[in-house]
Amino acid sequence: MQAYLVRRLLESALILLGITLVTFILLYLVPADPARQIAGRSATAETVQNIRDQLGLNDPFFVQYWRYLTSLLQGDMGRSYLQRAEVSELIAARLPASLLLMVAAIVTELILGLTIGIVAALRRNRPADHGLMIFSFVSISAPQFVIGILLLYVFAVQLGWFPIGGYGTFAHIVLPAITLGFLGAGWYSRMMRSSMIDVLGQDFVRTAHAKGLGKARIVLRHVIPNAILPIIAMIGIDIGLFMSGIVVVESVFGWPGIGQLAWQAIQRVDIPVIMGVTMVSATAIVLGNLLADLVAPLIDPRIKTK
Amino acid sequence: MSQPVLTVRDLSVQVATPSGAQTVLDRLGFDLHAGETLCLAGESGSGKSMTALAIMGLLPKPMCRIAGGSIKLGETELVGLADAQYRRIRTERIAMIFQEPMTSLNPLMTVRQQLVEALLQHDACSHAEAPRRALQLLRDVQLTEPERRLKQYPHELSGGMRQRVMIAIALACDPEVLIADEPTTALDVTVQAEILDLIRKLQRDHGTAVLMITHDMGVVAEMADRVVILRHGQEMESAPVRDLFAAPQSDYARELLAAVPRLGTAPPRREKPAAEPVLEVEGLTVRFPIRGGVLNRVQAQVHAVENVSFQIGAGETLALVGESGCGKSTIGKALLGLAPWTGSVKVASQQTQGLGPAAMKPVRRVIQMVFQDPGASLDARMTVGEQVAEPLQIHSLASGSELSDRVAHLFRRVGLSPDMMARFPHEFSGGQRQRINIARALSLSPRLIVADESVSALDVSVQAQVLDLLQEIQDEDGLAFLFISHDMAVVEQVADRVMVMRLGQVVEEGRRDAVLRDPRHAYTRRLLSAVPQPDPTRPRPDRIETEALGSPVYPVGQRPELLRLTEVAKGHFAAE
Repeated sequence: MQAYLVRRLLESALILLGITLVTFILLYLVPADPARQIAGRSATAETVQNIRDQLGLNDPFFVQYWRYLTSLLQGDMGRSYLQRAEVSELIAARLPASLLLMVAAIVTELILGLTIGIVAALRRNRPADHGLMIFSFVSISAPQFVIGILLLYVFAVQLGWFPIGGYGTFAHIVLPAITLGFLGAGWYSRMMRSSMIDVLGQDFVRTAHAKGLGKARIVLRHVIPNAILPIIAMIGIDIGLFMSGIVVVESVFGWPGIGQLAWQAIQRVDIPVIMGVTMVSATAIVLGNLLADLVAPLIDPRIKTK
Repeated sequence: MSQPVLTVRDLSVQVATPSGAQTVLDRLGFDLHAGETLCLAGESGSGKSMTALAIMGLLPKPMCRIAGGSIKLGETELVGLADAQYRRIRTERIAMIFQEPMTSLNPLMTVRQQLVEALLQHDACSHAEAPRRALQLLRDVQLTEPERRLKQYPHELSGGMRQRVMIAIALACDPEVLIADEPTTALDVTVQAEILDLIRKLQRDHGTAVLMITHDMGVVAEMADRVVILRHGQEMESAPVRDLFAAPQSDYARELLAAVPRLGTAPPRREKPAAEPVLEVEGLTVRFPIRGGVLNRVQAQVHAVENVSFQIGAGETLALVGESGCGKSTIGKALLGLAPWTGSVKVASQQTQGLGPAAMKPVRRVIQMVFQDPGASLDARMTVGEQVAEPLQIHSLASGSELSDRVAHLFRRVGLSPDMMARFPHEFSGGQRQRINIARALSLSPRLIVADESVSALDVSVQAQVLDLLQEIQDEDGLAFLFISHDMAVVEQVADRVMVMRLGQVVEEGRRDAVLRDPRHAYTRRLLSAVPQPDPTRPRPDRIETEALGSPVYPVGQRPELLRLTEVAKGHFAAE
């Protein structure tokens, strides 16, 4: 178990190293010039050149990358070009809000998705199943900003049940969490439905019936635990999906998380901030997957961590 | 005679199909008395499993329904019984064990949890008492190390152990009727003998009535007091077991019994002159690594095949027998380059060791393979004609009208009409599909066919036909066969020579009659004595010697002790 954990952590570190390299190359190749952004449109070419020198942007690629990497390993993510603050401080200020939103969204999508999947599977090929599957299809297909704006319009503007945007109370988080979890709920309901149908046809379910067990016990004790196994691996992967959704949802709801930070940084080619946000989300994805792999053997005795 | 425990009268079951309701069980009737074993025997599609599920009230809904008749348990009518009442009957009064012990237990629950669940559901004991009762049940089914087994999960147990756990669950409430649906079909022959023995013993001790469902007439002969023969949902014959085997009354029962391969009755093989070897295998070894640790290095190896040598001459059939996990299928795969191997394999005098995929291509024309599952070995989305033609196209041997002529010829060759070429696999029966697989294997005019359990999934009557076909092809073309099988009676029908394997090594090898009729190795003898004989007059065997099989997994650096074969008679080798 320890050996497994050590190996996986080493692997994770290698993956993150690879991500720094790929992101750095991409940002190096971007035709926009951060120095021009800082200097403003009216600045002379000389000023821009000076800024480039100051930021070290004229150095060869590998010198720049090496500089970034060595300071990153010392815990220094650099300074924002535009916000006159350490990247780590910017992220630290916004990360809790994003993590809160993410946890709320995961809870929402699991509750919604698994319930829909279970009900649809138990009512397979009946009207309830068809209705729920249409709903899940819609939730998968609808763009998140549309859902967000729709929810805002109905529940915040028209009904006034929830605040229009911002951060602070429980009421603030409801609509962003639903918007963010909506897509995932669709995916999970479809996965859970097919997984349930698969398990319902398994021999050990027939054995459970032959034991004279009641339907509720069979579903709760025998079917659902088995059906949920493939979903667990999915949750780890899902965190990656969230990262893209969070940029959109935080903008729509004015949620002060790292999604907003990333959005601003991308628009203004604030390279240290983009790198920082990318590293944080990549770490979240890698840890999410690791966590899913560590949880799986606790639930499924057949999986050994080796 | 006493009042029957279970009375079935005019039981009809219908299945909904796109073309309307189809009757799969037609007015079946029988009585089952306490302490008696009734066998429902028949081939696939005969309705025998449907009968079991109907009695349990577990017919798959909504596709199947009981269309008429009555099932009485004592005084209780089961047809139309409300679900809540039915649940109290299942396991408490009628219990069932299934064909697939590997999948019939919940993989996420320990043996104890699954046993206790059945006990508590029927208030067979109190919560506090349950663990002790569970342990006792495992002792009753003679599971080794019962205390440890309770804490284990199904995947930690072998197939035979799992079936014992299933039997323990079935006996939790001491039911009046035990339904056993092909309980040993998925098990190795020595394990089958143990499980059958156990069922007989428990029946004696508890006076349970057993309804046994099987396709295997050997099992029928060993277990049944009375037999009902079913075909297409209809009763063909119902008789006491000895009468049935001595003088079957119906044509179908006669055919069925005639088709059953009987160990020790196969006609002598024609002596063939020594031919040049098609295949020469020397020191074949296949090992699969097991990785682990921080760097994911190889920590142990499965020694699937260890230092195996043999030859097959043109026109000869070598049978490879042994129980699951002995490495017999791995040898077949290694020969075709489907598993990594070391050693020396010469195909038609050409060394294949170290050949790359391109160089292996012509070799594959010489060896072809026919697998166990005729359905799964065909692509469901290609017509069968395309699939038989494909090897010819891959090897650029024919095209255009020549190709279709050759495919048509191959179809006729295996007893199918060339009109069928445009159909898809699902339109064929299991036997026909295996014929298609054989046609595909023959398409490249190979000199050796590796037949890996090729008839094991087929009904006996179909099995006999496919075996005849293989024999015919061998007689005409001088084809050599490597016939991999667990079924000793089938092996006796087809083999010139027999090689017995255990844990990756050969324990005995020689001419068929030498190995099967004068076995020298203890393992061969045990294997042979475990085969159920379709002869009810034979005394039913008492306790079979059980022996832990051991494991072919060794840590890196260690290897199994190599067995040395000595010549016990001319051409007959056995390990010491």
